[in-house]
Amino acid sequence: MALLEVKNIRKNFGKTEVLKGIDFSMEKGDVVAIIGSSGSGKTTLLRCLNFLETPDVGTISLDGKVIFNGENHKQLSDAEVRKNRLHFGLVFQSFNLFPQYNVKRNLTLAAELLEFEKIKNSTSEYADKKQASEAISRKADELLRQVGLSEKEKSFPCELSGGQQQRVAIARALALEPDVLCFDEPTSALDPELTGEVLRVIKELKNTNKTMIVVTHEMEFAKNVADTIIYMADGVIEEMGSAQEVFENPKSEKLKSFLKSSFEKI
Amino acid sequence: MSFAEQFPIVFNALNVGFLQTLKLFAVTLLGALPLGLVISFGSMSRFKIVNSVVKTFVWIIRGTPLMLQLLIIYYLPGLAFGNPIWGGGEEGRFAASAVAFIINYSCYFSEIYRGGIQGVPVGQQEAGQVLGLSKSQIFFKITLLQMVKRIVPPMSNEIITLVKDTSLARIIALQEVIWAGYAFMKGSQGIAGQIWPLFFTGVYYLVFSGILTILFNKVEKKLSYFKV
Repeated sequence: MALLEVKNIRKNFGKTEVLKGIDFSMEKGDVVAIIGSSGSGKTTLLRCLNFLETPDVGTISLDGKVIFNGENHKQLSDAEVRKNRLHFGLVFQSFNLFPQYNVKRNLTLAAELLEFEKIKNSTSEYADKKQASEAISRKADELLRQVGLSEKEKSFPCELSGGQQQRVAIARALALEPDVLCFDEPTSALDPELTGEVLRVIKELKNTNKTMIVVTHEMEFAKNVADTIIYMADGVIEEMGSAQEVFENPKSEKLKSFLKSSFEKI
Repeated sequence: MSFAEQFPIVFNALNVGFLQTLKLFAVTLLGALPLGLVISFGSMSRFKIVNSVVKTFVWIIRGTPLMLQLLIIYYLPGLAFGNPIWGGGEEGRFAASAVAFIINYSCYFSEIYRGGIQGVPVGQQEAGQVLGLSKSQIFFKITLLQMVKRIVPPMSNEIITLVKDTSLARIIALQEVIWAGYAFMKGSQGIAGQIWPLFFTGVYYLVFSGILTILFNKVEKKLSYFKV
Protein backbone atom coordinates (compact mmCIF):
# COMPACT_ATOMS: atom_id res chain seq x y z
CA MET A 1 0.00 0.00 0.00
CA ALA A 2 1.15 3.50 -0.74
CA LEU A 3 2.42 5.51 2.21
CA LEU A 4 0.86 8.73 1.01
CA GLU A 5 -2.21 8.97 -1.14
CA VAL A 6 -3.53 12.32 -2.34
CA LYS A 7 -6.89 12.34 -4.10
CA ASN A 8 -8.63 15.12 -5.98
CA ILE A 9 -7.20 18.03 -3.98
CA ARG A 10 -8.80 21.30 -5.05
CA LYS A 11 -8.14 24.75 -3.69
CA ASN A 12 -9.48 28.16 -4.60
CA PHE A 13 -8.28 31.54 -3.42
CA GLY A 14 -11.32 33.70 -3.95
CA LYS A 15 -12.20 33.22 -7.59
CA THR A 16 -8.78 31.91 -8.59
CA GLU A 17 -8.56 28.16 -8.91
CA VAL A 18 -5.04 27.30 -7.75
CA LEU A 19 -5.33 23.52 -7.51
CA LYS A 20 -7.75 21.84 -9.91
CA GLY A 21 -7.77 18.27 -8.69
CA ILE A 22 -4.41 16.78 -7.72
CA ASP A 23 -3.95 13.01 -7.48
CA PHE A 24 -0.76 11.19 -6.70
CA SER A 25 0.64 8.59 -4.36
CA MET A 26 4.06 7.64 -3.12
CA GLU A 27 5.72 4.72 -1.35
CA LYS A 28 7.81 4.85 1.77
CA GLY A 29 11.33 5.97 0.96
CA ASP A 30 10.29 7.65 -2.27
CA VAL A 31 11.66 11.01 -3.24
CA VAL A 32 9.28 13.06 -5.34
CA ALA A 33 10.40 16.28 -6.99
CA ILE A 34 7.74 18.76 -8.05
CA ILE A 35 8.76 21.09 -10.84
CA GLY A 36 6.88 23.72 -12.79
CA SER A 37 6.80 27.44 -13.37
CA SER A 38 5.79 29.95 -10.69
CA GLY A 39 2.07 30.13 -10.10
CA SER A 40 1.51 26.52 -11.12
CA GLY A 41 0.37 25.58 -7.61
CA LYS A 42 3.44 23.66 -6.39
CA THR A 43 3.82 25.58 -3.18
CA THR A 44 0.09 25.60 -2.48
CA LEU A 45 0.04 21.81 -2.80
CA LEU A 46 2.86 21.53 -0.28
CA ARG A 47 1.10 23.93 2.08
CA CYS A 48 -2.08 21.86 1.79
CA LEU A 49 -0.18 18.72 2.81
CA ASN A 50 1.10 20.58 5.86
CA PHE A 51 -2.33 22.00 6.72
CA LEU A 52 -1.16 25.58 6.28
CA GLU A 53 -3.90 25.82 3.68
CA THR A 54 -7.13 23.88 3.85
CA PRO A 55 -8.12 22.28 0.54
CA ASP A 56 -11.74 22.85 -0.46
CA VAL A 57 -12.16 19.29 -1.74
CA GLY A 58 -10.19 16.07 -1.63
CA THR A 59 -8.62 13.54 0.70
CA ILE A 60 -5.15 12.89 2.03
CA SER A 61 -4.42 9.43 3.38
CA LEU A 62 -1.36 8.19 5.17
CA ASP A 63 -0.72 4.48 5.63
CA GLY A 64 -4.29 3.84 4.52
CA LYS A 65 -5.75 6.16 7.16
CA VAL A 66 -7.58 9.28 5.98
CA ILE A 67 -6.03 12.26 7.75
CA PHE A 68 -7.76 14.90 5.69
CA ASN A 69 -11.17 14.88 4.11
CA GLY A 70 -12.54 18.06 2.59
CA GLU A 71 -16.06 17.07 3.59
CA ASN A 72 -15.64 16.84 7.34
CA HIS A 73 -12.48 18.83 7.96
CA LYS A 74 -14.28 21.64 9.78
CA GLN A 75 -15.47 19.15 12.38
CA LEU A 76 -11.93 18.32 13.42
CA SER A 77 -10.68 19.94 16.60
CA ASP A 78 -7.53 22.03 16.74
CA ALA A 79 -5.82 19.23 18.63
CA GLU A 80 -6.63 16.69 15.89
CA VAL A 81 -5.33 18.99 13.16
CA ARG A 82 -2.15 19.50 15.18
CA LYS A 83 -1.74 15.74 15.52
CA ASN A 84 -2.37 15.08 11.83
CA ARG A 85 0.06 17.67 10.61
CA LEU A 86 2.86 16.02 12.58
CA HIS A 87 2.90 13.30 9.91
CA PHE A 88 4.45 15.97 7.71
CA GLY A 89 7.46 18.20 8.11
CA LEU A 90 8.10 21.33 6.09
CA VAL A 91 11.33 23.12 5.24
CA PHE A 92 10.60 26.66 4.08
CA GLN A 93 12.20 28.63 1.31
CA SER A 94 13.08 31.39 3.81
CA PHE A 95 14.21 28.95 6.60
CA ASN A 96 12.02 30.61 9.28
CA LEU A 97 14.31 29.67 12.13
CA PHE A 98 13.34 31.17 15.47
CA PRO A 99 15.78 34.09 15.80
CA GLN A 100 15.69 34.34 19.59
CA TYR A 101 16.82 30.75 20.13
CA ASN A 102 20.19 29.23 19.44
CA VAL A 103 20.61 26.43 16.93
CA LYS A 104 20.19 23.62 19.42
CA ARG A 105 17.11 25.21 20.98
CA ASN A 106 15.55 25.62 17.54
CA LEU A 107 15.74 21.84 17.27
CA THR A 108 14.52 20.99 20.75
CA LEU A 109 11.82 23.63 21.41
CA ALA A 110 8.85 22.00 19.70
CA ALA A 111 9.90 18.46 20.56
CA GLU A 112 10.08 19.39 24.23
CA LEU A 113 6.80 21.31 24.31
CA LEU A 114 5.01 18.38 22.65
CA GLU A 115 6.62 15.78 24.89
CA PHE A 116 5.84 17.79 28.04
CA GLU A 117 2.19 17.87 26.98
CA LYS A 118 2.30 14.09 26.68
CA ILE A 119 3.87 13.77 30.12
CA LYS A 120 1.02 15.85 31.52
CA ASN A 121 -1.50 13.50 29.89
CA SER A 122 0.56 10.47 30.99
CA THR A 123 0.94 9.28 27.39
CA SER A 124 4.69 9.82 27.21
CA GLU A 125 7.26 7.08 27.08
CA TYR A 126 9.36 9.18 29.44
CA ALA A 127 8.93 9.19 33.20
CA ASP A 128 9.58 12.89 33.71
CA LYS A 129 10.56 16.11 31.98
CA LYS A 130 14.25 15.70 32.75
CA GLN A 131 14.42 12.31 31.11
CA ALA A 132 12.51 13.59 28.08
CA SER A 133 14.75 16.65 27.74
CA GLU A 134 17.89 14.55 27.87
CA ALA A 135 16.64 12.22 25.17
CA ILE A 136 15.53 15.13 22.97
CA SER A 137 18.88 16.83 23.48
CA ARG A 138 20.78 13.69 22.48
CA LYS A 139 18.69 13.38 19.35
CA ALA A 140 19.30 17.02 18.48
CA ASP A 141 23.06 16.46 18.81
CA GLU A 142 22.80 13.52 16.45
CA LEU A 143 20.81 15.52 13.90
CA LEU A 144 23.24 18.42 14.03
CA ARG A 145 26.06 15.97 13.37
CA GLN A 146 24.07 14.63 10.44
CA VAL A 147 23.76 18.07 8.82
CA GLY A 148 27.36 18.91 9.74
CA LEU A 149 26.70 21.70 12.21
CA SER A 150 27.66 20.22 15.58
CA GLU A 151 30.05 23.04 16.35
CA LYS A 152 27.31 25.64 15.73
CA GLU A 153 24.85 24.42 18.34
CA LYS A 154 25.29 27.53 20.49
CA SER A 155 25.14 30.01 17.58
CA PHE A 156 22.11 32.12 16.86
CA PRO A 157 20.47 32.07 13.43
CA CYS A 158 21.70 35.59 12.63
CA GLU A 159 25.28 34.33 12.98
CA LEU A 160 24.89 31.65 10.31
CA SER A 161 25.09 31.73 6.52
CA GLY A 162 21.93 31.03 4.55
CA GLY A 163 23.09 27.53 3.73
CA GLN A 164 23.80 26.79 7.39
CA GLN A 165 20.42 28.19 8.41
CA GLN A 166 18.68 25.96 5.93
CA ARG A 167 20.59 22.91 7.20
CA VAL A 168 19.44 23.79 10.73
CA ALA A 169 15.88 24.11 9.43
CA ILE A 170 16.15 20.63 7.91
CA ALA A 171 17.43 19.23 11.21
CA ARG A 172 14.62 21.02 13.05
CA ALA A 173 12.02 19.39 10.80
CA LEU A 174 13.68 15.98 11.23
CA ALA A 175 13.63 16.33 15.03
CA LEU A 176 9.91 15.56 15.04
CA GLU A 177 10.39 12.46 12.85
CA PRO A 178 7.75 13.24 10.22
CA ASP A 179 6.60 10.43 7.92
CA VAL A 180 6.94 12.71 4.92
CA LEU A 181 9.39 15.59 4.81
CA CYS A 182 8.47 18.42 2.43
CA PHE A 183 10.81 21.06 1.02
CA ASP A 184 9.48 24.27 -0.47
CA GLU A 185 12.16 25.53 -2.86
CA PRO A 186 14.83 24.96 -0.20
CA THR A 187 17.62 26.63 -2.15
CA SER A 188 15.79 29.49 -3.89
CA ALA A 189 16.75 32.04 -1.23
CA LEU A 190 20.41 31.02 -1.26
CA ASP A 191 23.45 32.35 -3.06
CA PRO A 192 24.50 29.92 -5.80
CA GLU A 193 27.63 28.80 -3.95
CA LEU A 194 25.55 27.78 -0.92
CA THR A 195 22.96 25.61 -2.66
CA GLY A 196 25.34 22.64 -2.90
CA GLU A 197 25.66 22.07 0.84
CA VAL A 198 21.86 22.02 1.26
CA LEU A 199 21.21 19.76 -1.71
CA ARG A 200 23.90 17.39 -0.47
CA VAL A 201 22.14 17.08 2.90
CA ILE A 202 18.85 16.29 1.15
CA LYS A 203 20.59 13.72 -1.02
CA GLU A 204 22.10 12.05 2.04
CA LEU A 205 18.65 11.85 3.60
CA LYS A 206 17.54 9.77 0.65
CA ASN A 207 20.11 7.18 1.65
CA THR A 208 18.49 6.93 5.09
CA ASN A 209 15.23 5.97 3.39
CA LYS A 210 13.41 9.21 4.19
CA THR A 211 10.21 9.87 2.28
CA MET A 212 10.48 13.32 0.76
CA ILE A 213 8.65 15.75 -1.49
CA VAL A 214 10.85 18.51 -2.89
CA VAL A 215 9.49 21.51 -4.75
CA THR A 216 12.50 22.76 -6.66
CA HIS A 217 13.89 24.73 -9.54
CA GLU A 218 17.17 22.78 -9.43
CA MET A 219 16.64 20.57 -12.46
CA GLU A 220 19.94 18.68 -12.15
CA PHE A 221 19.14 17.88 -8.55
CA ALA A 222 15.64 16.69 -9.42
CA LYS A 223 17.05 14.52 -12.19
CA ASN A 224 19.70 12.90 -10.00
CA VAL A 225 17.87 12.47 -6.72
CA ALA A 226 14.14 12.06 -7.33
CA ASP A 227 12.51 8.70 -7.99
CA THR A 228 9.49 10.44 -9.42
CA ILE A 229 9.12 13.82 -11.08
CA ILE A 230 5.83 15.66 -10.99
CA TYR A 231 5.45 18.48 -13.48
CA MET A 232 2.71 20.89 -12.52
CA ALA A 233 1.14 23.54 -14.74
CA ASP A 234 -1.92 25.70 -14.09
CA GLY A 235 -3.07 23.80 -11.02
CA VAL A 236 -2.93 20.28 -12.43
CA ILE A 237 -0.32 17.54 -12.67
CA GLU A 238 0.54 17.79 -16.31
CA GLU A 239 3.05 14.94 -16.34
CA MET A 240 4.39 12.47 -13.84
CA GLY A 241 7.00 9.79 -14.16
CA SER A 242 10.61 8.76 -13.59
CA ALA A 243 13.30 11.33 -14.16
CA GLN A 244 14.17 9.67 -17.41
CA GLU A 245 10.60 9.72 -18.71
CA VAL A 246 9.99 13.31 -17.78
CA PHE A 247 13.31 14.82 -18.79
CA GLU A 248 14.26 12.70 -21.80
CA ASN A 249 10.86 12.03 -23.20
CA PRO A 250 8.42 14.86 -22.37
CA LYS A 251 4.99 14.40 -23.91
CA SER A 252 3.12 17.67 -23.47
CA GLU A 253 4.03 20.88 -25.23
CA LYS A 254 3.97 22.77 -21.92
CA LEU A 255 6.61 20.51 -20.38
CA LYS A 256 8.73 20.63 -23.50
CA SER A 257 8.84 24.40 -23.49
CA PHE A 258 9.32 24.50 -19.68
CA LEU A 259 12.32 22.20 -19.94
CA LYS A 260 13.67 24.12 -22.88
CA SER A 261 13.69 27.38 -20.99
CA SER A 262 14.96 25.71 -17.78
CA PHE A 263 17.97 24.21 -19.49
CA GLU A 264 18.56 27.11 -21.82
CA LYS A 265 22.22 28.01 -22.05
CA ILE A 266 22.90 31.70 -21.94
CA MET B 1 14.89 85.49 52.59
CA SER B 2 18.26 84.34 51.34
CA PHE B 3 18.67 81.57 48.78
CA ALA B 4 20.02 79.25 51.45
CA GLU B 5 16.87 79.80 53.45
CA GLN B 6 14.59 79.46 50.43
CA PHE B 7 16.17 76.27 49.13
CA PRO B 8 14.95 73.73 51.71
CA ILE B 9 11.41 75.15 51.55
CA VAL B 10 11.31 74.97 47.76
CA PHE B 11 13.03 71.58 47.66
CA ASN B 12 10.43 70.11 50.00
CA ALA B 13 7.52 71.53 48.03
CA LEU B 14 8.91 70.32 44.71
CA ASN B 15 9.50 66.85 46.14
CA VAL B 16 5.87 66.67 47.17
CA GLY B 17 4.85 67.84 43.70
CA PHE B 18 7.14 65.39 41.97
CA LEU B 19 5.71 62.55 43.99
CA GLN B 20 2.34 63.39 42.46
CA THR B 21 3.99 63.47 39.00
CA LEU B 22 5.51 60.05 39.61
CA LYS B 23 2.24 58.67 40.86
CA LEU B 24 0.40 59.82 37.74
CA PHE B 25 3.19 58.40 35.58
CA ALA B 26 3.06 55.00 37.28
CA VAL B 27 -0.73 54.72 37.35
CA THR B 28 -0.92 55.68 33.67
CA LEU B 29 1.57 52.97 32.69
CA LEU B 30 -0.13 50.39 34.88
CA GLY B 31 -3.45 51.10 33.18
CA ALA B 32 -2.42 51.94 29.63
CA LEU B 33 0.08 49.12 28.98
CA PRO B 34 -2.54 46.32 29.30
CA LEU B 35 -5.45 48.41 27.99
CA GLY B 36 -3.39 49.28 24.91
CA LEU B 37 -2.98 45.57 24.13
CA VAL B 38 -6.76 45.08 24.35
CA ILE B 39 -7.34 48.04 22.03
CA SER B 40 -4.72 46.75 19.58
CA PHE B 41 -6.53 43.39 19.41
CA GLY B 42 -9.74 45.35 18.79
CA SER B 43 -8.19 47.29 15.93
CA MET B 44 -6.95 44.03 14.37
CA SER B 45 -10.31 42.30 14.86
CA ARG B 46 -11.88 40.46 11.94
CA PHE B 47 -15.29 41.73 13.01
CA LYS B 48 -15.91 44.87 11.00
CA ILE B 49 -18.00 46.60 13.68
CA VAL B 50 -15.45 46.09 16.47
CA ASN B 51 -12.69 47.07 14.13
CA SER B 52 -14.26 50.34 12.96
CA VAL B 53 -15.55 51.39 16.41
CA VAL B 54 -12.08 50.90 17.89
CA LYS B 55 -10.36 52.66 15.00
CA THR B 56 -12.72 55.65 15.23
CA PHE B 57 -12.10 55.87 18.98
CA VAL B 58 -8.33 55.79 18.48
CA TRP B 59 -8.65 58.47 15.80
CA ILE B 60 -10.62 60.78 18.14
CA ILE B 61 -8.25 60.33 21.06
CA ARG B 62 -5.09 60.72 19.01
CA GLY B 63 -6.60 63.53 16.97
CA THR B 64 -7.47 65.85 19.86
CA PRO B 65 -5.20 67.47 22.45
CA LEU B 66 -4.67 65.64 25.72
CA MET B 67 -5.29 68.95 27.48
CA LEU B 68 -8.77 69.15 25.97
CA GLN B 69 -9.47 65.57 27.02
CA LEU B 70 -8.37 66.40 30.58
CA LEU B 71 -10.71 69.39 30.73
CA ILE B 72 -13.66 67.47 29.31
CA ILE B 73 -13.21 64.44 31.55
CA TYR B 74 -12.84 66.62 34.64
CA TYR B 75 -15.60 69.19 34.02
CA LEU B 76 -18.13 67.39 31.81
CA PRO B 77 -19.84 65.25 34.48
CA GLY B 78 -20.42 68.26 36.73
CA LEU B 79 -21.29 70.94 34.19
CA ALA B 80 -23.29 68.92 31.67
CA PHE B 81 -24.98 66.37 33.90
CA GLY B 82 -24.98 68.18 37.25
CA ASN B 83 -23.03 65.29 38.70
CA PRO B 84 -19.47 66.28 39.65
CA ILE B 85 -18.25 62.71 40.15
CA TRP B 86 -14.63 63.69 40.71
CA GLY B 87 -15.28 66.01 43.67
CA GLY B 88 -13.27 69.15 44.21
CA GLY B 89 -10.30 67.76 46.13
CA GLU B 90 -6.81 66.74 45.03
CA GLU B 91 -7.83 63.08 45.04
CA GLY B 92 -10.66 63.72 42.60
CA ARG B 93 -8.37 65.72 40.34
CA PHE B 94 -5.85 62.89 40.41
CA ALA B 95 -8.50 60.31 39.52
CA ALA B 96 -9.77 62.43 36.60
CA SER B 97 -6.19 62.95 35.37
CA ALA B 98 -5.42 59.25 35.63
CA VAL B 99 -8.51 58.34 33.58
CA ALA B 100 -7.67 60.88 30.87
CA PHE B 101 -4.02 59.78 30.70
CA ILE B 102 -4.81 56.08 30.64
CA ILE B 103 -7.32 56.49 27.79
CA ASN B 104 -4.99 58.73 25.82
CA TYR B 105 -1.85 56.66 26.25
CA SER B 106 -3.53 53.30 25.71
CA CYS B 107 -4.53 54.51 22.23
CA TYR B 108 -0.94 55.41 21.38
CA PHE B 109 0.36 52.15 22.87
CA SER B 110 -2.23 50.15 20.92
CA GLU B 111 -0.79 51.35 17.62
CA ILE B 112 2.73 50.47 18.73
CA TYR B 113 1.61 46.99 19.78
CA ARG B 114 -0.20 46.54 16.48
CA GLY B 115 2.95 47.41 14.56
CA GLY B 116 4.96 45.02 16.74
CA ILE B 117 2.58 42.12 16.29
CA GLN B 118 2.04 42.61 12.58
CA GLY B 119 5.76 43.11 12.07
CA VAL B 120 6.62 39.54 13.08
CA PRO B 121 6.88 37.65 9.76
CA VAL B 122 4.02 35.25 9.16
CA GLY B 123 6.63 32.57 8.46
CA GLN B 124 7.45 32.45 12.18
CA GLN B 125 3.92 31.49 13.00
CA GLU B 126 3.82 28.97 10.17
CA ALA B 127 7.08 27.40 11.31
CA GLY B 128 5.49 26.93 14.73
CA GLN B 129 2.35 25.50 13.18
CA VAL B 130 4.12 22.86 11.10
CA LEU B 131 6.03 21.82 14.22
CA GLY B 132 2.68 21.00 15.81
CA LEU B 133 2.56 23.86 18.30
CA SER B 134 -0.71 25.34 19.54
CA LYS B 135 -1.72 28.96 19.02
CA SER B 136 -0.85 29.96 22.57
CA GLN B 137 2.50 28.13 22.45
CA ILE B 138 3.30 30.00 19.25
CA PHE B 139 2.38 33.36 20.79
CA PHE B 140 4.24 32.91 24.06
CA LYS B 141 7.28 30.91 22.88
CA ILE B 142 7.86 32.42 19.44
CA THR B 143 6.04 35.68 18.65
CA LEU B 144 6.05 37.51 21.99
CA LEU B 145 9.76 38.15 22.45
CA GLN B 146 10.18 39.18 18.80
CA MET B 147 7.34 41.65 19.24
CA VAL B 148 8.84 43.02 22.45
CA LYS B 149 12.16 43.56 20.72
CA ARG B 150 10.44 45.46 17.92
CA ILE B 151 8.47 47.77 20.20
CA VAL B 152 11.18 48.76 22.68
CA PRO B 153 12.39 51.85 20.75
CA PRO B 154 8.94 53.34 19.98
CA MET B 155 7.73 52.46 23.48
CA SER B 156 10.66 54.18 25.15
CA ASN B 157 9.91 57.24 23.07
CA GLU B 158 6.28 57.28 24.14
CA ILE B 159 7.04 56.62 27.81
CA ILE B 160 9.57 59.45 27.97
CA THR B 161 6.96 61.73 26.42
CA LEU B 162 4.57 60.61 29.15
CA VAL B 163 7.01 61.81 31.85
CA LYS B 164 6.68 65.33 30.51
CA ASP B 165 3.01 65.13 29.53
CA THR B 166 2.05 64.58 33.17
CA SER B 167 2.59 68.33 33.61
CA LEU B 168 -0.56 68.93 31.51
CA ALA B 169 -2.64 67.78 34.48
CA ARG B 170 -1.93 71.15 36.04
CA ILE B 171 -4.72 72.53 33.78
CA ILE B 172 -7.20 70.98 36.21
CA ALA B 173 -5.00 72.10 39.11
CA LEU B 174 -3.39 68.78 39.91
CA GLN B 175 -0.57 69.66 42.27
CA GLU B 176 2.28 68.13 40.32
CA VAL B 177 5.85 69.41 40.24
CA ILE B 178 5.39 72.39 37.89
CA TRP B 179 2.35 73.51 39.84
CA ALA B 180 4.57 73.37 42.95
CA GLY B 181 7.30 75.44 41.30
CA TYR B 182 4.87 77.97 39.88
CA ALA B 183 3.49 78.59 43.37
CA PHE B 184 6.72 80.37 44.30
CA MET B 185 6.23 82.84 41.48
CA LYS B 186 2.76 83.74 42.68
CA GLY B 187 3.76 83.61 46.33
CA SER B 188 3.76 80.73 48.78
CA GLN B 189 5.27 80.03 52.17
CA GLY B 190 6.76 83.52 52.26
CA ILE B 191 8.50 83.19 48.91
CA ALA B 192 7.17 85.20 45.91
CA GLY B 193 8.35 86.36 42.50
CA GLN B 194 11.00 83.65 42.24
CA ILE B 195 11.66 82.04 38.87
CA TRP B 196 14.42 79.63 39.88
CA PRO B 197 12.07 77.04 41.46
CA LEU B 198 10.40 76.70 38.07
CA PHE B 199 13.78 76.15 36.42
CA PHE B 200 14.60 73.65 39.11
CA THR B 201 11.57 71.52 38.20
CA GLY B 202 13.32 70.89 34.88
CA VAL B 203 16.06 69.06 36.78
CA TYR B 204 13.52 66.54 38.04
CA TYR B 205 12.36 65.80 34.51
CA LEU B 206 15.89 65.56 33.19
CA VAL B 207 17.04 63.17 35.89
CA PHE B 208 13.95 61.00 35.57
CA SER B 209 14.00 60.77 31.79
CA GLY B 210 17.75 60.16 32.00
CA ILE B 211 17.17 57.16 34.25
CA LEU B 212 14.49 55.84 31.89
CA THR B 213 16.80 56.24 28.90
CA ILE B 214 19.46 54.18 30.62
CA LEU B 215 16.90 51.53 31.53
CA PHE B 216 15.58 51.26 27.99
CA ASN B 217 19.10 51.08 26.60
CA LYS B 218 19.74 48.17 28.94
CA VAL B 219 16.63 46.38 27.71
CA GLU B 220 17.62 46.97 24.09
CA LYS B 221 21.11 45.67 24.76
CA LYS B 222 19.70 42.63 26.51
CA LEU B 223 17.66 41.82 23.40
CA SER B 224 20.44 42.56 20.93
CA TYR B 225 21.73 38.97 20.90
CA PHE B 226 19.25 38.17 18.13
CA LYS B 227 18.02 39.91 15.01
CA VAL B 228 14.43 40.04 13.81
